[in-house]
Amino acid sequence: MADTATHAAESSPAPAMTHATHAATPAASPSASARPAPARIDPYRLRTDFPILATANRFGKPLIYLDSAATSLKPRAVIDAVDAYNAEYSSNIHRGIYEIAERATAAYEAARASIARLINAREAAEIVFVRNATEAINLVAYSWGRRNIGRGDTIVLTEMEHHANLVPWQVLVQEKDGDLEFVPITDDGLLQLEVYEALLHLRPKLVAFTHVSNMLGTINPVRELTEMAHAAGALVLIDGAQAVPHAPVDVQAIGADFYVFSGHKMLGPTGSGALWGRRELLEAMPPFMAGGDMIREVHLRRSDWNEIPYKFEAGTPDISAQIGMGAAAEYLMGIGLDGVQAHEQELTRYAMETLRREVPGVEIYGPEAEARGGVVSFNLPGIHPHDVAQILDRSGICIRAGHHCTMPLHERFDLAATARASFNVYSIPGEIDALAVGLREVVRIFGR
Amino acid sequence: MKSSAYSGAERILDPMDDLYRDYILEHYRRPHNFGVLDTPTASYEGSNPLCGDRITMMLGVSDGVVRDVAFTGRGCAISQASASLLTDEIKGKTVEEVEKMTPDDLLDLIGIDISPARLKCALLSLDTVAHALADMASKQDGAEPGPG
Repeated sequence: MADTATHAAESSPAPAMTHATHAATPAASPSASARPAPARIDPYRLRTDFPILATANRFGKPLIYLDSAATSLKPRAVIDAVDAYNAEYSSNIHRGIYEIAERATAAYEAARASIARLINAREAAEIVFVRNATEAINLVAYSWGRRNIGRGDTIVLTEMEHHANLVPWQVLVQEKDGDLEFVPITDDGLLQLEVYEALLHLRPKLVAFTHVSNMLGTINPVRELTEMAHAAGALVLIDGAQAVPHAPVDVQAIGADFYVFSGHKMLGPTGSGALWGRRELLEAMPPFMAGGDMIREVHLRRSDWNEIPYKFEAGTPDISAQIGMGAAAEYLMGIGLDGVQAHEQELTRYAMETLRREVPGVEIYGPEAEARGGVVSFNLPGIHPHDVAQILDRSGICIRAGHHCTMPLHERFDLAATARASFNVYSIPGEIDALAVGLREVVRIFGR
Repeated sequence: MKSSAYSGAERILDPMDDLYRDYILEHYRRPHNFGVLDTPTASYEGSNPLCGDRITMMLGVSDGVVRDVAFTGRGCAISQASASLLTDEIKGKTVEEVEKMTPDDLLDLIGIDISPARLKCALLSLDTVAHALADMASKQDGAEPGPG
């Protein structure tokens, strides 16, 4: 399996993420079997899978959803999976000795297996279900961090981290009297690798970085960063929230120690997410939360922990959301993540070209299209992004405006806020054309 | 507020005009009372970290009356136009009158429909003025700021 993945990555024509990740193993879903691999995806056909794309806003304008980096839309397959649990076999998992409870447990564990396959984890037991990537990082910070970070220990982060991969580490080092160091970025939004190398001489205990920046779109060379960190004796946590939905990710090929992502950004329901960790690390870690399901034996004054991953899943989880996340993983593998990546890269290039050509004065942040995921942050001169977003909303166009949970990154570029368009499998060039028209209208309104 | 006067049909025909009206954009482009006071009696910097809106309000108060007012800031059209309109409104009013101003008073002054997501932008100016006055009161009395 790993051999196939490695071979596929080395022989592929170097789209943006291959230096960072390997191609996934071929999807086993029947719907993909008719397609040649790597299949081009057909976003126009896929759009019919997303009921929300048939809706209109209060002015009768069709939905033009360009905020997938915040959360993705949900396909019928995911909606149906959630509905089926609630309508047909709503019951608790890992407990009931009756038919629907056994069905719920089986569906929940099948979702875990699907998600393990999506990122080529060695085994499903290495997938811990959490509410989102933020919770996954907190789990590691509390459980691994409180046991392994002490006075004077260093954690290396980067300047482009989402607050979720920043604040939990701040809390940890403040409590333990440790230190944070940051890899700076270039004006083009790339990590300064020579500074990273120098910071590794501090012998950090942990290095944590994002796979794909949610503001700049930068795709980081995660395998190289991981190898360098390991050579310096550090463990590696990767925030994959913006990567897993958009390109093949192979955690074994990357070689990281922890990899986290959210379900709701990968076409799954809100409230679902996953922490992947190497078995030996997870086994050595104490529980994060205590309660039911995470124990093997409970006595009045002490308990024995359950095996992984259940040790980290105290209490009844969001069962339907995780089942929906599993359906989303199957959906993505079915359409093929190589094709998804090619589609979104093409779209990103088209967006950058179109906006620069059609919208006078537009300033786009981050690297050029070949080094970025499907995220384009920009500003119009003298117009606040909130005003941009508000005017676009009238035309049914949904973009993000603000700091996108990356305040330090905005400070780095001396920006109060940016507007951001981001894409997914259902995004099409016509939506970018509509965005350009909308932005020209914004410029007209503010210029009158 | 005038939202009730609009019918749905009018909104669809003329959707742009209820938020970015000419006078709002005019206040945004050429804000009234934009600048600094050399020796303000009350001053406060307010911000909406989530949007990056930022306003510093400076008041010149004597005998319980706001004689002079100035602000600086950056942010969206709504926040800056709101500050411009508010500074016009409070100049010459007594501190007591200004302290009694409610969010609804300010929204009436702005005169456009503000969606819930933009309320913080619209109300930042009044919030900042309230903080400035509370700071001033606490310094004068050496007491805790009141609930203004």
